[in-house]
Amino acid sequence: MAERERRRTPPYGGVFVARSEVLDQAAVRRAVRRMAHEIIEANEGLTDVLLVGLQTGGVPFAAAIAEALEEIEGVSVPVGRLDVAFYRDDINLRPVLPEADTEINTDIDRKVVVLVDDVLFTGRTIRAALDAIMDQGRPRAIQLAVMVDRGHRELPIRPDYVGKNLPTRRSEAVNATLERVELGEMTR
Amino acid sequence: MKHLISTLDLDRQDLEGLLDLANNFAGVLKRPIPKVPALRGKTVVMAFFEDSTRTRTSFDLAARRLSADVVNFSASQSSTRKGESLRDTVETIGAMGVDAIVVRHSSSGAPQQIAQWTGASVINAGDGWHQHPTQALLDAFTITDRFGSLDGLSIAVCGDIQHSRVARSNVDAFTKLGASVTLVGPKTLMPPDTGDWPATVTTNLDDVLADLDVVYLLRIQQERLSSGLFPSVREYRSRWGLTVERSARLRSDALIMHPGPMNRGVEIDPEVADDSRSVVLDQVAAGVPVRMAVLYRVLGPGQFDALTPDDEPEVVDDADGDQVDGDGGPSTRQLVRSASAPDSGSDSSASHLEEVS
Repeated sequence: MAERERRRTPPYGGVFVARSEVLDQAAVRRAVRRMAHEIIEANEGLTDVLLVGLQTGGVPFAAAIAEALEEIEGVSVPVGRLDVAFYRDDINLRPVLPEADTEINTDIDRKVVVLVDDVLFTGRTIRAALDAIMDQGRPRAIQLAVMVDRGHRELPIRPDYVGKNLPTRRSEAVNATLERVELGEMTR
Repeated sequence: MKHLISTLDLDRQDLEGLLDLANNFAGVLKRPIPKVPALRGKTVVMAFFEDSTRTRTSFDLAARRLSADVVNFSASQSSTRKGESLRDTVETIGAMGVDAIVVRHSSSGAPQQIAQWTGASVINAGDGWHQHPTQALLDAFTITDRFGSLDGLSIAVCGDIQHSRVARSNVDAFTKLGASVTLVGPKTLMPPDTGDWPATVTTNLDDVLADLDVVYLLRIQQERLSSGLFPSVREYRSRWGLTVERSARLRSDALIMHPGPMNRGVEIDPEVADDSRSVVLDQVAAGVPVRMAVLYRVLGPGQFDALTPDDEPEVVDDADGDQVDGDGGPSTRQLVRSASAPDSGSDSSASHLEEVS
């Protein structure tokens, strides 16, 4: 779910009501596996690659991609977490979640950082994440993997790896987990 | 949260929320670039009408770590020395368009009064004998860091309770967070109303020493030495000072705390101040993330304001204050709180909160 919608989930507001299931668990797993292959292909292996899941929706996907990478290449890539709350421009969007911490245990200088998020919407979270990453060091490259690209970008940001391109209306909401991807609405 | 004047305006949930947020900022401070753009474009004035080094430096650093602009103002260099009234001074600062004023003043109630004269947020950095809420928060943060929580801990606050804003705010915060507090000190330095405090009172430090998780020593101020409230410094040290002999009777995992600056050899022996159980420097270190949390809660999105985002009016409709149906819980409490002017003098808004939730 994009951050824009998350703030309306309990305890901060509304409830997500699914209208249709776009991907089931098996399809999500296949998409994750394909993205893993693409990451390996684009980087010609996994040397210096590290994954960073964006809090909170991107964290499980980063773990799932890392697992797939290990199955495919037999290499265990470092996985970190990043919370961008303090970097947001739309700072009134959501409160800081105490459980959403930042932990990147490896030095990111000269590494290829693959940001991982569940849903790419306006691109503002990614903009904040780029700033947050730059404050941690100077990576050689930053790439972006998202489970769902739902369009409606407000910034010139594009993903490098996409699980599913999903055309949506602005008023709709997308819920993406490792179990399923659903399209629906936020209601109260 | 518009202002932070007193811990009395905060309930347990508010305190825990601030401590959690401070924990996030403690993580930020460990990064290679310990600075985030969260309060970029906000201006914070440090209005210190009374001298202070650590509180002022700590607030200053906290604001800068959040990318806020900081203006320093001290009474000794200002027009207050030329006879300008507090109100005129505050209105002058306010007219320059600042977002928050951090106030230290020797008169109890000054921050509360200033909050009524300005549109800016007011943060109390210590007023008279009244309150020092960020000190209480950073002390709670230090204790939580060691023990995980304050629940069930036994804490003694020892020294000049009567003239101590630290005692007032700390006892309130500690007990709200689940600790049991004992006040220790000479009768002449006990406030007359200790019956109303959520604490037990004793004049004998030795009675409680062995059972304590935390011994919190207050500073004996120089001006009290000649006030006749206790016979002599030596007498004070022998009865209420944390001497080497007394510290030997403290548990090995107990914490020794002091808000600083310490009078070594009066309320604390020099060797005890450097004891491995002393967390005085951890307290100072906790000041920055805790004050970042307070500034962020007051000037940033806060927890309450997130419920009334300015970009989507349909959500604003819900924040009308009397919405108590549905899931209840935290969000309802916060809604009510934000709608009931939490700055309007402690008790009334706090009890209103109780009724609704």
